[in-house]
Amino acid sequence: MSNLLESYAEVVGADIVDQLRQLAEPLRGMKVVHVNSTRVGVGVAEILDKLVPLMCELGLDTSWEVITGESDFYQCTKSFHNGLQGHRTMIPEHLLRAYEETNARTAERLRPVLEDADIVFIHDPQPAPLMELCPARKGTWIWRCHIDISHPDRHIWRYLRGFLTGYDASVFSLAGFAQALPHPEYLIPPSIDPLSDKNMELSQDEIAAVQKQFGLDSHRPMILQVSRFDRFKDPLGVIEAYRLAREFIPGLQLVLAGGTASDDPEGEAVYREAENAANGDTDIHLLLLEPDAHRTINALQRSADIVLQKSLREGFGLTVAEAMWKGKPVIGGDTGGIRLQVVNYHTGFLVNTPEGTALRIRYLLQRPGRVTEIGGKARQFVRENFLLTRQLREYLTMILAIRDGDTDRIELS
Amino acid sequence: MIREATTTMAPFIIKDCALIALATGKRVQNLKELRDHLEVVPHSSLYYHFWGGLLHPGFEEREYGNDLGEWAKHGLHDASLAERLAVIDPSSFDDTEDMRQALLDVVEQRLEEASADLWRPADRHFQFIRSQIVVFGTGRSVLQPEQLAEVIPDLSPGSVFYHFIDARQRSPRGEDDFRAWLSPEGERYAGLCQGLASIDPYFASLHELREQLAALFSEFHGRSTHVKPA
Repeated sequence: MSNLLESYAEVVGADIVDQLRQLAEPLRGMKVVHVNSTRVGVGVAEILDKLVPLMCELGLDTSWEVITGESDFYQCTKSFHNGLQGHRTMIPEHLLRAYEETNARTAERLRPVLEDADIVFIHDPQPAPLMELCPARKGTWIWRCHIDISHPDRHIWRYLRGFLTGYDASVFSLAGFAQALPHPEYLIPPSIDPLSDKNMELSQDEIAAVQKQFGLDSHRPMILQVSRFDRFKDPLGVIEAYRLAREFIPGLQLVLAGGTASDDPEGEAVYREAENAANGDTDIHLLLLEPDAHRTINALQRSADIVLQKSLREGFGLTVAEAMWKGKPVIGGDTGGIRLQVVNYHTGFLVNTPEGTALRIRYLLQRPGRVTEIGGKARQFVRENFLLTRQLREYLTMILAIRDGDTDRIELS
Repeated sequence: MIREATTTMAPFIIKDCALIALATGKRVQNLKELRDHLEVVPHSSLYYHFWGGLLHPGFEEREYGNDLGEWAKHGLHDASLAERLAVIDPSSFDDTEDMRQALLDVVEQRLEEASADLWRPADRHFQFIRSQIVVFGTGRSVLQPEQLAEVIPDLSPGSVFYHFIDARQRSPRGEDDFRAWLSPEGERYAGLCQGLASIDPYFASLHELREQLAALFSEFHGRSTHVKPA
């Protein structure tokens, strides 16, 4: 067994890794290509960062390509993102042209590798047109949608759907996220990597150093939300919840730690809004972190008493699983994939308002025993359901099922 | 691996499994739509909504045993329908089409009783999901039933599901794999088979089923050890 697989076996058990090897055996030597829009700063990139080498170690010839464009391209895809998640959005014609031209240029660059691949995973809408731009493709093309498109802006969905109907399959994180498409639609929640810098064990010294770096007092309670500065993540609602809770917990500290993604042009504006809402409160720490500050985020999550993910809309919310893996109760918005991870009174609490969030903060901080108990169950829940090996098992199963003609039963033994 | 070359029984090969879910694109908002979609959803969808829950992440027992009953109660707020759907036990049907018909009978009866509510929308949609199952080898097998007493406590939930739940639709007689293996041996294991048949898989989690199976095989093992000459 290779080193990487051995390392996973230590975390998830040898049986799970053996199942991956059984699934990969019939696929050995296949050329697999993943295409997304950024190598850093978002959950998709973090998953691919480890999924790709793991697939390689299992014998699949796997590579990862990225579509890149100019600001009009990112404006357009950000508008897609907002529109697909339910905001009515008008996209000017020139932005749609930039989107299509960027895909055409990317196709020129990637056509040989994409047309030669046995399996192509296209992640999210940014590279969706690539399939029809590769007319000599020989493999299976799968569209992997990481966001909640249950109530999309109809104009945007109609436009994008035209690029998607020719795919062989699509993947959504939850049943509720899926839109009707004329091919098999798999339901595969994403996952976290327990061995990554973001999730590995850290020494107390390293955690203390990060606390010191950001002026956090380890003797006072701290709540944390880690997410991009994005309106769907409701940073202003988090600040309001902190203010309500602080009336009862005077020493409370709040950390809003946000990375920036190269494909998100709105981040800076939302950061300014949060800064205004903080209004100089020295116990509100707004941290604009570099995209690769994974160990820093890890240390902040381990420093927190409670982790929040008060999203108004969420694709899946990998930060929830990250916090749970570190034994933290999570107070999460009652939306999207957060519902799959946060189970009331077992792994945390689902909330709908700043008031509800404040109530649960108070509840947990008054009961340290419950924090420990819920945190322990949360970690076990992630171990059984939301680690990378489970997601890879489902991807490999899907590839086999498609290869065998959408069969209901795959016998490997 | 546990093997003893002292028996003529074929080995019992231990397997594991996992389900992968697929959307069917069929969403239900009211009772009438439930009836319409129930008529056409694939067998794998009925399988998923009645048995798949056992492999779902979760902490609490399901009140109504299957996804349709849960939705009737918590989506439609129709407790009567939920109870009637909950009582449909998939292990009691030899054929999935028979189970589909039983479900349709319950829903149609409810439609007749509650015609005014025919179009009453649910608080939340019910999404018909179907599943594909992938079966893994474990590299383990046993040659004698007594050895299962040692093996069962360490079975994964997926192995319990495969041998005790999934087996029922693979076996022509709707048996679990243990009974299918033991039955040809006749009277010697008749009591054990009877014990296996009495375990109701519909209301237990896979961990609980494993405990019940382990206790049964352990009891049998103790008894057979006692009566068997050295």
